[in-house]
Amino acid sequence: MLNLGRAALTLALSVAAYGIAASLYGARSGRREWVESGRRAVYALAAVLTVAVAVLEAAFLRSDFSFRLVGGHSSTTTPTFYRAAAMWSSQEGSLLLWVWLLSLWSSLVLFLTRRRLREVAPYATAVLLGFAAFFAGLAVFLANPFQLADPVPAEGAGLQPLLRHPSMMIHPPMLYSGYTLFTVPFAFAVGALIARRLDAEWIRATRRFALAAWLVLGVGILIGARWSWSELGWGGYWAWDPVENASLMPWLTGTAFLHSIMMQEKRGMMKAWNASLVLATGVLAIMGTFLVRSGILESIHAFGASTLGLPFLVLITLLIFGSGFLVWSRRTGLGPEGHLESLLSREAMFVLNNLVLVGLCFVIFWGTFFPLISEAVTGQKASVGPPWFNRYTVPLALVLVLLSGLGPAIAWRRATARNLRHSLRGPLAAGGVAAAGLALAGVATRPLALAMFAAAAFTAGVVVQELWRGVRARRAVSRESPPAALVALVRRNRRRYGGYLVHLGMAVIFVGVAASSSFQRVHDVRLSPGQHARVGGYDVRYVRATSALSNEKVTLGAILDVSKEGRHVATLDPTRGYFRAVDARLGPVGTYFEGEATSEVGLRAGARRDIWTAVQPDIGAMQPLIDRLDRRFPLATGRSQGLLLAALAARYEAQPPPAVFRLIVSPLVEWIWLGGAIAGLGGLIALWPAPTFARRRAPAAAKVRRLRRQLSRA
Amino acid sequence: MDPNRKRRVRLYVSLATAVLLAGALVYTSFSTATDATSPSQLAASGVTGRSYQLTGKVVAGYRHDGGVLAFRVRDRDGAASVPVRYAGAVPDPFRAGREVIVTVRKRGAVFVGEKDSLITKCPSKFSAQS
Repeated sequence: MLNLGRAALTLALSVAAYGIAASLYGARSGRREWVESGRRAVYALAAVLTVAVAVLEAAFLRSDFSFRLVGGHSSTTTPTFYRAAAMWSSQEGSLLLWVWLLSLWSSLVLFLTRRRLREVAPYATAVLLGFAAFFAGLAVFLANPFQLADPVPAEGAGLQPLLRHPSMMIHPPMLYSGYTLFTVPFAFAVGALIARRLDAEWIRATRRFALAAWLVLGVGILIGARWSWSELGWGGYWAWDPVENASLMPWLTGTAFLHSIMMQEKRGMMKAWNASLVLATGVLAIMGTFLVRSGILESIHAFGASTLGLPFLVLITLLIFGSGFLVWSRRTGLGPEGHLESLLSREAMFVLNNLVLVGLCFVIFWGTFFPLISEAVTGQKASVGPPWFNRYTVPLALVLVLLSGLGPAIAWRRATARNLRHSLRGPLAAGGVAAAGLALAGVATRPLALAMFAAAAFTAGVVVQELWRGVRARRAVSRESPPAALVALVRRNRRRYGGYLVHLGMAVIFVGVAASSSFQRVHDVRLSPGQHARVGGYDVRYVRATSALSNEKVTLGAILDVSKEGRHVATLDPTRGYFRAVDARLGPVGTYFEGEATSEVGLRAGARRDIWTAVQPDIGAMQPLIDRLDRRFPLATGRSQGLLLAALAARYEAQPPPAVFRLIVSPLVEWIWLGGAIAGLGGLIALWPAPTFARRRAPAAAKVRRLRRQLSRA
Repeated sequence: MDPNRKRRVRLYVSLATAVLLAGALVYTSFSTATDATSPSQLAASGVTGRSYQLTGKVVAGYRHDGGVLAFRVRDRDGAASVPVRYAGAVPDPFRAGREVIVTVRKRGAVFVGEKDSLITKCPSKFSAQS
């Protein structure tokens, strides 16, 4: 099987190289059969890589430790669900996943555009295959997942315990799907620039891919945040870690792109900006992959000692200079067909929204790469922390939420004072009432949070008003019931109303972020059973210690009783699992306490607040007993080892030493996930193909607009 | 006003604003940044009261003492080490031999970690050849 995997990878590299040559030759010579052959090479690449992925997945599921990768990242005791996900916990497996997903999306877009964009598609094919060749080359020469283990171990090391969370199955593939999907509009932009087809056709052909990339990357980021909150023992969902930032940057520029392309589609404006933005997004997506693998920045996620930094650096340099050259050399064809007529127009809101999003991206880029910038300028590596990021991102996010409300409420071209009054009166009242009510409730102590709540209420007001007006207009014509009118309204203009739902979801997310970061209460405390502590108005009592044993780990924990003003609120059971270390020198009991340890958070989630608890048992106090058991029974295995561990666990429950608890009461965290779900639903609605009648109408409307522009210029 | 002139004015105002904001960004990042340093550098030239981002590997023999974690951090490729006392969230992967990043201030002979600043690199992704 190893040989089959290796052969598939090598074949994939060859197919990608052939496809590049065929596509470029076909485009230059005008011979369609070569272009077709290049496109089919992409399909073949997807098929070959599917075989490679299937071979590796089968090896993980069968615990075939002759694969070095399987032995290093899985074991027979690893649950099947996590064995299936273990492939992408390694550098080699994640590279294979990257290139496989890329081949699938590339095949899909080239199939959908097989009869369109005849001049652009061959170059786009070559670019997509170029990425595939790069990643397949890395997998073949530098990080081959199909290496033989010598000797073959009887048991594997197992999946890193921190990664044993259901999100592991979906978070990495979502992020990689986002990154790889963003290469599709990138490739078509490059193709359009090379072929000098600078109208909006390439945008129309790839818009859904950009939207899908935005959606899956955004959902992937949120799932990562949720994973961090509900699983990791530090009590947060975002840490401004370089790798987190790396995923956020292309998402931000992608968001800007999805807005600014409407300017090009409707008014022929911002062509150069759109091309630059999508090229930058593609580069940032590759940079995200690079950051994890280069070890150039300190990050919790990094494959620190990897050797892949240099090839990535070469690729990124090539992409930046190549993109810059293409945009510069085509600047005459990228001139706008229309101009901004008024600062009070939807176009102006789009421009502002783009500036804020790109500004946010720049701030995050600067902060993320500041250690390198600082070292280059001063000779001393230095870094900026979360307070620095918050100083800039919070006001920018505030402006962004305001703009997401203003944009849909303002007319295209030029809004009059009357228009504005009509459109903004209701939403402004919603924002004002929210601000006044919350100020009276004591939120005024955090003015930025208060401003965010007001801005979110304003945006929600705009969305509700737009939906209400649409439904009312539709009912006036069709006499449908309100729910039927709403469904029909959204169906007829999915892009518009899906977008509005996304705005609403983002406003809800920002309410959650503002509330949880401004009003969170954290208390670190050391407690013995019977003692209690107060946090955020709640009384938390340590009732008793708990323990559990399994083949893989010893779990020690606590039962906590949470009450408020004498009323029982929740019973929480945070635990800490101690996984067995693979080291023959360790004793039968000590081996469990020298291995990995992970927290299981005790969480009571709610619409108003989350009560979050984590425990850190004092193993130091247990150490004399652990050492004594190891000394007396050094050869204990199997059942006898189990008895020793049971004795230790019983002792822990009977005479627990004081444990350190982290207790957090954080308001509205659930709103972040709820907002994500609303935004995700909006994204799906916008992504879903329009009904046939709407599709038929769209080209006609575009023709009319084009004709009108030509007439106005004549 | 002539539309072309109006557009030029808008462009200059936008550019001036962007330059001002970028200037503020650059100034604050250099003035508030924390120096990244290794244990040997810190041992040789750590200044009392100043904040540093210390990176290195955890030495065996760390202990929890009444909610405070006392440990030593050594150079990645060397033996020089400095003592750290830290109170706050301890990441799950923390243990001897792991690479950590922690923001510290010098207080006498000890380096005191800033609350919740301790980061331990994810070990599953931290080997040259997995």
